[in-house]
Amino acid sequence: MANSDRDGGVGGVAPVQVRGTVLTVRRVDAYVAMTVVAPAIATRFRPGQFIAIAVGGPQSGMLARRTFSVHDVRPDHGGTVEFVFPPREPGAQWLAECRARDVLDVVGPLGRPFPVPRDPASCLLLGVGPGAAPLFALASRLTERGANPDFLLGAESADRVFGALTARRIGRSAVITTTDGSLGARGSVVDMLPTAVQQARTDVIYASAPLSVLRSVCALAGRYGIPVQALVSEPAMTCGTGLCMGCVLPAVGNDGITRMVRACVDGPVFRGDQVRWDDVGTIPFDALGAPGWKPRPGPAAAAAGASAASGQPGSGGATTADGRASDGRSPEGRSNAG
Amino acid sequence: MPADLRTRIGHLDLPSPILTASGCAGTGRELAQFTDVARIGAVITKSISLEARAGNPAPRMAETPSGLLSSVGMQGPGLDGFLQRDLPWLLSRGARAFVSVAGHTTREYGEVASRISDSAGVTAIEVNLGCPDAAAAGRPFALDPAAAGAVVAAVRGSVRYDIPVFAKLSPEVTDIVAVARACVAAGADGLSLINTLPGMVIDPVTFRPALAGASGGLSGPAIRPVAVSCVWTVREALPDVPIIGSGGVRTGRDALEFLLAGASMVAVGTVLFHDPSACSRIQRELEEELSARGVDRVSDIVGRAHQPAGYAADRHGWI
Repeated sequence: MANSDRDGGVGGVAPVQVRGTVLTVRRVDAYVAMTVVAPAIATRFRPGQFIAIAVGGPQSGMLARRTFSVHDVRPDHGGTVEFVFPPREPGAQWLAECRARDVLDVVGPLGRPFPVPRDPASCLLLGVGPGAAPLFALASRLTERGANPDFLLGAESADRVFGALTARRIGRSAVITTTDGSLGARGSVVDMLPTAVQQARTDVIYASAPLSVLRSVCALAGRYGIPVQALVSEPAMTCGTGLCMGCVLPAVGNDGITRMVRACVDGPVFRGDQVRWDDVGTIPFDALGAPGWKPRPGPAAAAAGASAASGQPGSGGATTADGRASDGRSPEGRSNAG
Repeated sequence: MPADLRTRIGHLDLPSPILTASGCAGTGRELAQFTDVARIGAVITKSISLEARAGNPAPRMAETPSGLLSSVGMQGPGLDGFLQRDLPWLLSRGARAFVSVAGHTTREYGEVASRISDSAGVTAIEVNLGCPDAAAAGRPFALDPAAAGAVVAAVRGSVRYDIPVFAKLSPEVTDIVAVARACVAAGADGLSLINTLPGMVIDPVTFRPALAGASGGLSGPAIRPVAVSCVWTVREALPDVPIIGSGGVRTGRDALEFLLAGASMVAVGTVLFHDPSACSRIQRELEEELSARGVDRVSDIVGRAHQPAGYAADRHGWI
């Protein structure tokens, strides 16, 4: 029973809390890229997972951890973790002012990683702004499996497109869009998606972007019958570890029941057709436990109640009466690719 | 020699006075990744309601100076889910469970408490009086001594005699001692001080409240002086009633402050979101703080701030 619980996350490896030494801080266009020495996190990491950093020092007045998708991990210094962020709000600004050899309190790796198809498949990696960062670790993983991915990256302007050069170097193809037309095609990634999908004969889309873009991408992909693995960055996380219940969004499980799931432990990667994009920021009337919600009579109701705590979409059968874990969470089982 | 943190209150025997505050430890599983839940005093669970609850819409959290404004709306699996999954897991890990109970009516509190008391292994019950009272147009029970007393009486009447009942009070009252007295008169074995303070953050970009539910509960180190004052006031009026102190405890020194003010146990809440291993750390720091002051047992200093100035310094020779 304990093994089917969330102790180990999807990869079966629990996150750790470490004191990581800053190795490098550098500007990359509009963003700051930071590398921290954290071997325990680097060895456990799988693409799509994120880290949560305490900002402001030991007596900080900023209690919320800042969460960042991991851009990549490297084996040097025993294992380093790199992440990318825009230095906008005060916590991120504090972090941007850190220097090499400063020590940070880092928790990770956290969350459900990108599921990777078992067999080579045509994968389109779609990223907007700093959301593109986590796609590059995924791209390496896909390339190892013999499936060079296609890239579709976008942002408001050229200096906010992250990783355009790398995408052109490692991708089978790379399409760049900017709202102001300063790099690549003028427009949004959503405008270019139909062409990109048709040219690349895409089997599966991996998307990391603001909610509004993810919603459009999932709607379009649904029309083409292409599965989407969507990495969400909203609602903002406060703890990153699942304790605070702050980052919830409505998602439908394999049993057809909508639950309020936590982006940090049930995500940040969700199957696109399971998130109710239009209802994010609300409690849908038919969500489990919504005001006036009544469990359906029969055994299904008991199972729904029992798995409500986990709130995992697709865990409808995850905890059956005998405690057996279903394969609802196995990465290969969910991508429908290949 | 390290100070003895053992805490004995009536039937309770805890290895440490450090607990997790209600609603801040998830189901316990999330916390167990970073802290050995068996070695802290106890886990106070998130409030358990009769039915599963989806909670409030996001955004539910806003950061404030040294604090956090939150409005989760008690999202949870309901009583059945808790008894099937979460409670057995906590007990299997050797944790002591203080179960927080919630309700909209006095009767619902009684029903939840009774079923929790019937399942083996519960160490204590905390009554979350911060829920809106359906019979009083949504006014929280904790704001009215009579309503609070009625809930405590219903809970005390439905749980086994050997399970202590703690009433969690709100600081949002003119006279917290009146509510405390009403709860004790209704059979509460102890009190838990304090729940969150009401607050609001307005987003300067959207011109709208930052939380979907407009206002929320303020917690974290920002409210610690309020909490210490409430513990002090109640301890002064009811010196024999055990108190769980909570409100922005971040370090062993903060825990010491609550103990001196009169709390026998100290719950760590919002700080767990910042540092998921805070309970173990605070426990270690408290041990060091006590040893540094020549205190052998943690129980020796509970309520010490109420004794005349100079007494402690004379006895232990510090300062």
